[in-house]
Amino acid sequence: MKDQEFEHLPSHFGMVSRRDFLKFCTIAAATMGLPMSMGLRMAEAVAAAKRPPVIWLSGQECTGCTETLLRSTHPTVEHLILNLISVDYHETLSVPSGHLAEEAKKASIKENKGKFILVTEGAIPTKDGGIYCLVGGRPVLEIVRETAPYAAAIVAIGSCAAWGGIPAAAPNPTGAVSTQEVLGDKFKVINIPGCPPNPYNFLSTVLYLVTFKKLPELDEKNRPLFAYRRLIHEGCERRPHFDAGRFALEFDDEGHRRGWCLYKLGCKGPVTYNNCPAVLFGDVGARSWPVGTGCPCFGCSEKEVAFTEPIPAMASLKFVEPSPALVGEGAESRPGGRVLRLTPPKTFAPIEAPRGAGPSAATVGVLAGLAGAALGAGAVAASRLGKGKETETAAETKKED
Amino acid sequence: MGKRITIDPITRIEGHLRIDCEVDGGKVVNAWSSGQMWRGIEIILQGRDPRDAPTFTQRFCGVCTTVHALASCRAVENALHLEIPLNAQYIRNLIIAAHAVHDHIVHFYILSALDWVDITSALKADVKKAASLGDSLSNWPRNNYRELQAVQEKLAAFVNSGQLGPFANGYWGHPAMKLPPEVNLLAAAHYLQALEYQRKANMIVSILGSKTPHVANLVVGGVSSPINLDSSSALNMERLYYIKTLIDEVGDFVKNVYLVDVCAVGALYADWTQYGAGVTNYLSVPDMPMDTKGQAFNMPGGYIQNADLETFQPITDFNSEYFRFGVKESIKHSWYEGDWARHPFDETTQPKYTGFQENGKYSWVKSPTFYDKPAQVGPLANVLCMYAAGHAPTKKYVEAALATVSSIAGAKVGPEALHSTIGRHAARAIRCAVLYEELNKQWTALMENIAKGDVKTYSRYSFPAGEIRGFGFHEAPRGTLSHWVVINSGKIKNYQAVVPSTWNAGPRNQADALGPYEASLIGNPIADPERPLEAVRTIHSFDPCLACAIHLVDAKGKSIVQVRAL
Repeated sequence: MKDQEFEHLPSHFGMVSRRDFLKFCTIAAATMGLPMSMGLRMAEAVAAAKRPPVIWLSGQECTGCTETLLRSTHPTVEHLILNLISVDYHETLSVPSGHLAEEAKKASIKENKGKFILVTEGAIPTKDGGIYCLVGGRPVLEIVRETAPYAAAIVAIGSCAAWGGIPAAAPNPTGAVSTQEVLGDKFKVINIPGCPPNPYNFLSTVLYLVTFKKLPELDEKNRPLFAYRRLIHEGCERRPHFDAGRFALEFDDEGHRRGWCLYKLGCKGPVTYNNCPAVLFGDVGARSWPVGTGCPCFGCSEKEVAFTEPIPAMASLKFVEPSPALVGEGAESRPGGRVLRLTPPKTFAPIEAPRGAGPSAATVGVLAGLAGAALGAGAVAASRLGKGKETETAAETKKED
Repeated sequence: MGKRITIDPITRIEGHLRIDCEVDGGKVVNAWSSGQMWRGIEIILQGRDPRDAPTFTQRFCGVCTTVHALASCRAVENALHLEIPLNAQYIRNLIIAAHAVHDHIVHFYILSALDWVDITSALKADVKKAASLGDSLSNWPRNNYRELQAVQEKLAAFVNSGQLGPFANGYWGHPAMKLPPEVNLLAAAHYLQALEYQRKANMIVSILGSKTPHVANLVVGGVSSPINLDSSSALNMERLYYIKTLIDEVGDFVKNVYLVDVCAVGALYADWTQYGAGVTNYLSVPDMPMDTKGQAFNMPGGYIQNADLETFQPITDFNSEYFRFGVKESIKHSWYEGDWARHPFDETTQPKYTGFQENGKYSWVKSPTFYDKPAQVGPLANVLCMYAAGHAPTKKYVEAALATVSSIAGAKVGPEALHSTIGRHAARAIRCAVLYEELNKQWTALMENIAKGDVKTYSRYSFPAGEIRGFGFHEAPRGTLSHWVVINSGKIKNYQAVVPSTWNAGPRNQADALGPYEASLIGNPIADPERPLEAVRTIHSFDPCLACAIHLVDAKGKSIVQVRAL
């Protein structure tokens, strides 16, 4: 093929020269048994619009967080992978094994420096140099540390990655910690706790990142407010029973069969921030969340609760003032005063509010490197590659910010 | 001396697995299976409330979700000599059957089909021919021209995007890929449809157990999801008929697509019936209990030695002494302190990492034995045992599958072909069809019992002072699972899980005999050591799950870990 055929393509794709990139595309086409012209079409397609790349690293996990994606319907996992993002490395999904998978990962990181989303699943064992979880012969501890600096954004999916989860439960035999703990303060890890989390809490975060190129609003534990703003207790369909003092006292008793409050069976809804009662699980409609089917919440997303408090033990209720982050600016002056004061504290369960924090200027700058947009053509035009040198320069300048 | 290849990580499985093979003359002559991750959940369980065990152990694995919660409930109930209500059995059975159907579909299409199916070849398929081929194989309406054309266009657009994502560096164009383009296109279409139908199977789990993975309603004593036809906050008619609707939809896919595809792949890769047999002692346990005590089961289980169905010895109840006294685990080649083979109740294990020593310790997985012999577990073991037990639905689907394979292959294929890499896939599809029938039976049993006026879902109990011990088993999607618990005055003293992937992925045992993965690799062809697709095929046929396989029990005091550089 003649080089001038590719002159409309940019001279560089990130760190890779046009010549090298075309070689890559041609070889990729050849290894797939496709005609050489397919290599050109691939190169053109990459130049036109890119699906945001995702590198998914697995530590001490049960793969339950990945499994949740199989249950999702909007988007479905197939739409996600074929049309919205490019999962360039994932041990459960990657078709090649061994060094072939590792090479695909390296190639993607090199090509997408500063532009990919790093997802971590599972806790990271730190004891004894991290030998309790090895991938390709190396501790996942090292792999996460060396990959994170190249990521545009880091998302920790599940309680294990967000705060240690079950491997970190006492006596924490392997020194398991969260992604944030491994990476330290220089990095901002978006936490999506839950065991596993609702797939929509994760998917919405990723789609938010690649669509709007900024972080969603986070609370002080770096959890997105759209998912973790409220206590389960606040949105619970059984809350009227709590308020009226109607409790199930034993599984399968009359109260349990009538859908009364599960507090006395150990429900941790009053101390757990999550949107389970709003979003539900499995897309099967009515009441498809643990409390809705009669099962006490065990606080799977809360570090101080899950795998610490015995499941049958009653949660200790705290009475606290709602924070401005919850009620919003100017709430004081609304008719009726601050929204939550409408609930008399002696009768109603209390609500502890998270403090919201917007994205800092620095984090917005980092995200400017994120490749592409899930919404596809036209959504975030400035992020596209191949729109000519000006766009590229603009993107690079932004990255320097 | 052969060439040594290390495949690490093995992908499209649950967890972290390393496989080492020695290849000589294009064939594997030696193999090592090594689990690469350890969490120590059994240590974490010590001293906790036994009612917490199902919630904790379910988190051994998010792929084999539900199964550990169930085995854990059964173990604690066994220790308490507790009978559970019929409705609780039926609801549990519906959950595990629906989960298994989902899991088998996901395993074949998402985790292993691309070992046999070359997606890039599907781009060259003649869509009309593919549609008429589909018509000749089954009456599935979605093998039509328009659907196949849409799939081919979708694939082409994806490949043309230049971003191959998880498909980059796949085994495309590998010499061991042999399906014609039209079959590859049909398989690609079914790959996408499989994602829809596995969701439907999972919706059954969601209706009953809400959150999945990791359902919330499996509790010691029964289920914590009550039945009340006169309430909107319990299992009622709307929920029950939603389940029935989903069962029917999923059944169509299992019978008309999954089973047929596996037969077609088996027939077109008939040479793979010669590889991958490995360990041919087969262990499975009975499941789908239909009484309150666990003495009457809809699906039989037992033990077969040396591939000889005549040796079948059934396991018949939750208190089976034959099972209880047959299980041991060895740590001679595992990263734990010592060199012994012990009964699960008697294990005292401490981690001891040595790095990979091919003649010494080389895995976090232990090596279980049944009466001192390695045993293969999984759908193949389950199907062979059910077949040997004369289980009518199993016989029906085995015979139907073999007839389909024979007709596509143009040669008679008998049940002996099942002892192989491809046989494990066939057995999984057969088991999936059996489970579909089971879903209907369990649903009917539940409805009939409710109609009698019985809505009980939970049995009361209390923990006695002093020590009690119990075990619980479950025939999980990946095979025989057992949990073993020692409880002292209402606290867990000792907890051990002997898990399907431990049986199969275990390293050499106390007598240095190879584990099932290892043995199955011996004699496997390897055309290109740089792209060892054939080894991956055989390992995938077991449906590995490493998070499940690795655990530890009763590390008294502090763990002692010795680290040595590789």
